[in-house]
Amino acid sequence: MSVSVQQGDFDVAAEMAALRAGRTDIGAIVSFTGLVRDSAHGEEISDMELEHYPGMTEKALQDIEAKANARWPLQATRIVHRFGRLSPGEQIVLVLTASPHRHAAFEAAEFLMDFLKSRAPFWKKEGTGDGGRWVDARDSDEDALSRWE
Amino acid sequence: MQIRYFAWLRERVGTPVEEVETSATTVAALIEELRKRDERYAYAFEDMSAVRVAIDQELSEMDAPLSGAREVAFFPPMTGG
Repeated sequence: MSVSVQQGDFDVAAEMAALRAGRTDIGAIVSFTGLVRDSAHGEEISDMELEHYPGMTEKALQDIEAKANARWPLQATRIVHRFGRLSPGEQIVLVLTASPHRHAAFEAAEFLMDFLKSRAPFWKKEGTGDGGRWVDARDSDEDALSRWE
Repeated sequence: MQIRYFAWLRERVGTPVEEVETSATTVAALIEELRKRDERYAYAFEDMSAVRVAIDQELSEMDAPLSGAREVAFFPPMTGG
């Protein structure tokens, strides 16, 4: 289990290699990468500012990661979440899950992302022509979360 | 007690963090105190359905007691991932 909250970019291949370094018991690794899109609601996005709550963010991510590990037979997990100003096309978030079989890895990766969406203290502001707009939380994100309860 | 604000709550209040002397016993009572203090707070807390609170970095409820709290944070629904 490992969590990083950082301004800098991450290397998916290097993260995956580190996750399975020196072990031969892992049967499946699922990797999810979230990216900054160049448009939202039909409007062009120039950049995205990701604000977070230092201290609480790390605790929330560790808590979410522990929940996933308690629920599925995972051999390793890794969460990297960036903050600060990001441009379209840049990587925002990485979730890696490793398990002996694929089902647990797939499900746990979805679970982690669903919790990150509405339970990790991040707030996104999209840069648009008229200044900026705070991204609203979506009902569909809450719905996604409720299916794990 | 230290109060932190994030995202548009921070913009409306005009500061990311402030030290506040309060005798409020719950989060809701603290918000009432702040609202009376200045229009900026009334604006920040005008739609409570869009406000979340954390006490000492744990997600909490508006009727939660403040006894012993060192840090209270107000923010909109989270949009991580």
